[in-house]
Amino acid sequence: MNNLIELSSTLLYTAFFLYLVATLFFSFTIGSKRKSDGKAAKIGITLAIIGFSTQLGYFITRWIGSGHAPVSNLFEYMTFFGMATVLGFIILYFIYKITVLGLFALPVALIIIAYASMFPTEVSPLVPSLQSHWLYIHVTTVSLSQGILTISFVAGLIYLIRQIDQSKTTKRTTWLEITLYSLILFVGFILATTLFNVMNYQAVFEYPNNAGTGTVETEYHMPAIAAPTDGTLLTDKVMNPWFEIPEWMHGADAGRKFNTLLWSFIFGTGLYILLRLVFRKRLGATIQPLLQKTNPDLLDEITYRSVAIGFPLFTLGGLIFAAIWAEEAWGRFWGWDPKEVWALITWFFYAAFLHLRLSRGWHGEKSAWLAAVGFAIIMFNLIVVNLVLAGLHSYA
Amino acid sequence: MNKIKCECGHVNPEGTVLCESCGKPIEENQHIDGNDKKKLLNMRYDGTARRSQTYNKSIVDKVWSFFSSVKVGIWLIVIALIASAVGSIFPQEQYIPADAVSRDPAIFYEERYGILGQIFYQLGFHNLYSSWWYMILIALIGISLVICSLDRFVPLFRALRNQKAKRHATFLQRQRLFSQTDQVDEEDIDTIKQRLKKLRYNIKEQDGHILAEKGRFSRWGPYVNHIGLIIILLAALLRQTSVFYMDEYIWIREGEQKVIPGTEQQYYIENKDFVLENYDPEDELYKDALEQEGAPVASNYQTNAVIYKAMEPEVTGAEPELKKIEEGNIRLNEPLNFDDYAVYQMGYQQNEFSSMSFKIHETNDREEKSLGDFTVDLTSPKSEYELDSGFKVEINNYYPDYFLDDNGEPASETDYPRNPAFVMMIYPPDGSEPEVSFLGIGKNIDATGENDYNVGITNFELRDVSGLSIRRDYSLPYFIVGAIIFMIGVIQGMYWHHRRIWVRPQDGGILLAAHTNKNWYGVKKDIEKIVDGTHIQMVIDQQELDK
Ligand code: HEM
Repeated sequence: MNNLIELSSTLLYTAFFLYLVATLFFSFTIGSKRKSDGKAAKIGITLAIIGFSTQLGYFITRWIGSGHAPVSNLFEYMTFFGMATVLGFIILYFIYKITVLGLFALPVALIIIAYASMFPTEVSPLVPSLQSHWLYIHVTTVSLSQGILTISFVAGLIYLIRQIDQSKTTKRTTWLEITLYSLILFVGFILATTLFNVMNYQAVFEYPNNAGTGTVETEYHMPAIAAPTDGTLLTDKVMNPWFEIPEWMHGADAGRKFNTLLWSFIFGTGLYILLRLVFRKRLGATIQPLLQKTNPDLLDEITYRSVAIGFPLFTLGGLIFAAIWAEEAWGRFWGWDPKEVWALITWFFYAAFLHLRLSRGWHGEKSAWLAAVGFAIIMFNLIVVNLVLAGLHSYA
Repeated sequence: MNKIKCECGHVNPEGTVLCESCGKPIEENQHIDGNDKKKLLNMRYDGTARRSQTYNKSIVDKVWSFFSSVKVGIWLIVIALIASAVGSIFPQEQYIPADAVSRDPAIFYEERYGILGQIFYQLGFHNLYSSWWYMILIALIGISLVICSLDRFVPLFRALRNQKAKRHATFLQRQRLFSQTDQVDEEDIDTIKQRLKKLRYNIKEQDGHILAEKGRFSRWGPYVNHIGLIIILLAALLRQTSVFYMDEYIWIREGEQKVIPGTEQQYYIENKDFVLENYDPEDELYKDALEQEGAPVASNYQTNAVIYKAMEPEVTGAEPELKKIEEGNIRLNEPLNFDDYAVYQMGYQQNEFSSMSFKIHETNDREEKSLGDFTVDLTSPKSEYELDSGFKVEINNYYPDYFLDDNGEPASETDYPRNPAFVMMIYPPDGSEPEVSFLGIGKNIDATGENDYNVGITNFELRDVSGLSIRRDYSLPYFIVGAIIFMIGVIQGMYWHHRRIWVRPQDGGILLAAHTNKNWYGVKKDIEKIVDGTHIQMVIDQQELDK
């Protein structure tokens, strides 16, 4: 049993590494004058496919080893989402044969998987509400659709970097920088978590519980900038907190989560500033010259097409399968739980996107911005709703 | 109605922008789709006459035009989207956590979220999704959906049925994908026809003009999916009525048998046993995760239940006879179904007190020899207990779930015997003045400090309580049908595309043009394949994006 789990994590590392190398090969295609079907591109896509198969191996071995579909906690779910993003990329690559997509889609998938690995990776038992076949039917379909929708964001992002005039600072260049900066924040989170993990940092706080009837302890793995409301530091010889989080932040372990958020901002911002200092240009302006070969019309079409492919899948997994499961578990197929509300919001948003495409003037740049907003909504549902707006679906 | 006759001879309805048959722009109507300002024709709905764009006089016209606008539809969707998001900032009323200081919404939101919470509550966002204005918003989306679809479906259907292979030159020239070839021989034309057929295009020919078409049925996708949505909206309306939807909740103790609410006294349920199982913390596989968790993790909640149906009694007024119809285990994700009903495991309460036994002894008797025993059934305590030894005990006050309220007065937090406490009056057999005792778990208070007799707890019994919810939902089939139709519609519209390629002979050469409703890259590839190796020019993309 445990050997399988070990094997599965080896496979996951391998897949991660393969995606990394594939990205490298895709980056070789950028400067080359040759057409997109150059050697580097062939190697890149082959590696991506092998990486995907390896990750599929991770998924299957972990499924067998743990006795249930590995989509039951944040780590497993996000990892699967990363895998779905790679699959989305592979599908759209074979439709459109555009290599630059790989150069952006794979790093996004890498960030997602690395992000996932920061959460507890132990095999956890299934609580009764998750003990249903609908768990994997629902979660895998939703993830798959979100992976494909992520590709629409990736294509939109490339479009924006390619098309936005970088000769002067405008609202558009600023928003593009904000978009790139947000991606870097995830890297900041990964850096902070890894660094303090390596240092084996620990600080324990005690604070009154919500009902006011006792106290709870929480263990910080990063130096405490923000302490829990009315918390007392129990560990000696560690950094003293600078302030306490305001009282209205209530969720489970709100203090620790907020503190992690702060560190992610610190590392992410540091990294961003470093990059700006190195390149002495906006990041958008730095990348733009590399993209001159790409065809914006085609990027726009990919943005739209991935939504067209992802939307029906999302409806099926995120609304219909979800409703069937909810009906079976709780006798109500729809209950306005925060997670359900955000699935509905995502659905409404992409429906609005599709309807907007019906009118002139919403193609091109506007569509690309919309794709970015759509991705933000998906991430919000995955992260903020899971960790903050606790509901029936809250994982941890 | 002023019909418009085109030079090709086809008679078009009033308001037509492009002739239904040959596609020639109808001079005076080019402003309708904004074609007069653009090189490329607006091919949405093939330039048909839509009611909303044609008539604009009466109030009905105006309402129709309003609701048939996709722009209005999008606004409605966006408003619904934003409203839904706002409603998720704080929990909805039904999700107020059980550990809240008060579950009264008037208090909870302000107490926990401060001024923002109070605003949230006072604007009614705590019940947003059943509020009248949210309902109206959804209804407006429904109306818009119907009108919008009708406005477009009928004319589009006409236009696609009436289209001819022979198209006006202007029509081809003003398509997004277009090319002109000055010299073509028969052979090339034959080649492309063959290749089009191979690519599964339907070919229509008319005097050497060619129309190759495929995937037309995908154009109906949106209309199909909107029908699905309408069915779902109607089902949601039906569900608001109690005929279609019944939802009840029942707390039932182990060993208890109760009539199931909402079933008109027809069904009874008995709770044989409630089982709660936890994962074994030593489990090889889950050890690490369970250790991290620090608290036991449940693996199963289950109520073993029996369902009875009440049979008509022979004599009216007599107790109905109960017939066992179903016995089974109710678990999360595994409801128990009987007839039209389903019972779901929803909540539980462990270790509720079912009974408590007491004894009376003399206060200063070290041996605490019993002078009389009695047992109180906590679900229905009697007000007086006469003991054989002549003592009489009067229960003056009973607090099933005892706590001290803000004023320091004893009170009961709930009606469930989770922490029972009593104020008892003890009447000794000799008829002397009664004494007052306060009794609870771990509490035995003698109010005056001068009591001759003491009451002590000798024993108690515990049991579990199951929270079950009972549903009957006749609206489900409608939702299922709506959802299936919606899925068919979106798949039809999204995974297939309507492609048309026109060839028009002209002065020994040809004009070649193509249109698709989505996936331009795909048509271009098709055309590349068909013209490959011939003398026919590859089309150029005349669209200038964002310019
Ligand atoms: C608010 C009222 C609505 C209006 C006025 C409306 C109108 C339309 C129209 C006119 C079309 C295009 C038809 C065509 O191109 O031939 C369309 C397509 C579509 N509608 Fe709606 N719709 C509404 C609501 C919705 C909603 C709530 C959804 C589901 C979320 C939805 C999903 C779709 C989809 C998926 C398409 C296909 C888009 C495409 O082919 O690109 N619609 N809608």
